Amino acid sequence: MDVAIIGIGLHRFGRSPDMSGMQQGASAVRAALADAGLSWKDMQFAYGGSQDAGNADSLVNELGLTGLQFTNIWNGCATGGSSLHAAYTAIKSGEYDLGVVVGFDKHPRGAFNPQPKDWGLDDWYGETGLMLTTQFFALKTQRYMHDHGITEDALIRVSEKAFTNGSLTPTAWRQQKLSYDEIAQSAMISDPLRKYMFCSPAEGGAALIICNAEKARQYSSKPLYLKAAAIRTRHYGSFEVFAPSQAMNVADAPTVTASKAAFELAGIGPKDVDVIQLQDTDCGTEIIHMAENGFCEHGEQEQLLRDGATGINGHLPINTDGGCLANGEPVGASGLRQVYEICVQLRGEGGARQVGNNPKVGYTHVYGAPGLSGVTIISK
Amino acid sequence: MHTQIPIKEGLFTWPSSKPQLLGSRCSRCAEATFPAQPDCRNCGSRETHIVELGDRGTLWTWTIQTFMPKQPYHSSETEATFAPYGVGYVEMPGGVRVEARLQPNTAQQLKIGMPMQLAIIPFRSDEQGNDIMTFCFTAVTEE
Ligand SMILES: [Zn+2]
Repeated sequence: MDVAIIGIGLHRFGRSPDMSGMQQGASAVRAALADAGLSWKDMQFAYGGSQDAGNADSLVNELGLTGLQFTNIWNGCATGGSSLHAAYTAIKSGEYDLGVVVGFDKHPRGAFNPQPKDWGLDDWYGETGLMLTTQFFALKTQRYMHDHGITEDALIRVSEKAFTNGSLTPTAWRQQKLSYDEIAQSAMISDPLRKYMFCSPAEGGAALIICNAEKARQYSSKPLYLKAAAIRTRHYGSFEVFAPSQAMNVADAPTVTASKAAFELAGIGPKDVDVIQLQDTDCGTEIIHMAENGFCEHGEQEQLLRDGATGINGHLPINTDGGCLANGEPVGASGLRQVYEICVQLRGEGGARQVGNNPKVGYTHVYGAPGLSGVTIISK
Repeated sequence: MHTQIPIKEGLFTWPSSKPQLLGSRCSRCAEATFPAQPDCRNCGSRETHIVELGDRGTLWTWTIQTFMPKQPYHSSETEATFAPYGVGYVEMPGGVRVEARLQPNTAQQLKIGMPMQLAIIPFRSDEQGNDIMTFCFTAVTEE
């Protein structure tokens, strides 16, 4: 059974002071239903999640108590990707024909403060200041730059691109372009990463209407097809967040294994992809994820970024809506925002940020603590 | 009189004139981990034993924590007294890379591959005025 995406909805990322996170989730679902020309009572199942804004199944209080199967998903930054994966398997198995995937969140301002006990760690690890995601991304980037000859220039160019793309995206949180020098001179937060190289926790919602591909044309004149969805966790030896120690032999990251699995499912390779969304918690991870997902060799990013290859008009357009850097990261919604943007691009509805050459295949990738990745491949 | 109490038993030998980091090693596959745990993350075996991981190592990667972390961070500092600290992974002779605070706290002082020395330092005071001790690494000055 093939799986189609027939409706997409977004509640604008950033800050919505008058709305709860749940209301932003409901807003996204209503937008996706409207896009599909369907109503809530048509939905046979739902998967959804948030980190800080409540249980997704409480959305029925806003959308209607229709008795549908509603399952809450929580999988860190990969919550949205995991919800979509669950919906994908529900359709593929033949159990359901039509359902919704939703993610939303509303975080307090400032950096996340995860608790050691929630991650199977002892208190001393958090108490002594070793349990910060910002530190991990800096540590991984520092080593990666050392091993693969990446310089600060590449980090700055990723940030510059993100805010340029954000300025072209009406739904982005950050719509102000930043100059190369503004980024290069911003405060060093966690060496080698500066202030404008990190995304921030934010608010927002995203939803997708998913259906059995054989029935997609009944509902939509422009269905897209979810060719693959894969989630993988870390192997022994992969260098991951919240790890008091690491093995000496470095194994492939879960991104590598999830990416390979997704390409295998879809029966295509990285060269067939026209538009890409990668987890860009910070500029270093976008660079690392370019190679881990198979879009270039390790170390090639320096030149690709200098050539503008990952810009909207480049041959490897990445994070066309400004990614997490320009949209912020409402954890529950972030992975679905990526899918939303890929669908916008494949439909040719990207406006000022539309990539050229009539894209046919899109790719999304999320990465989350404590070491899991979710990849989807979407085609026309 | 104040006593020096480790932040957690079993992380390092203490008290000791030459403290060592403590970890566990799997009896089946020989992989080491820090802190010690009863099961092996590599092969799933439950036959592990406590081992000394050493007191010297090589810096594998590093960063600097420039802002005071939120709770669960628990030191005796205030926003006003907070001093940036280094964080890194140090490759230990016991065959594992251990994440630790680093005493050098500027980019000029830190370089991948530099030799590092274990130090057990007072981290905060408890209500009785005891020193709560934790581990960190310093740059090796003499060779
Ligand atoms: Zn073992």
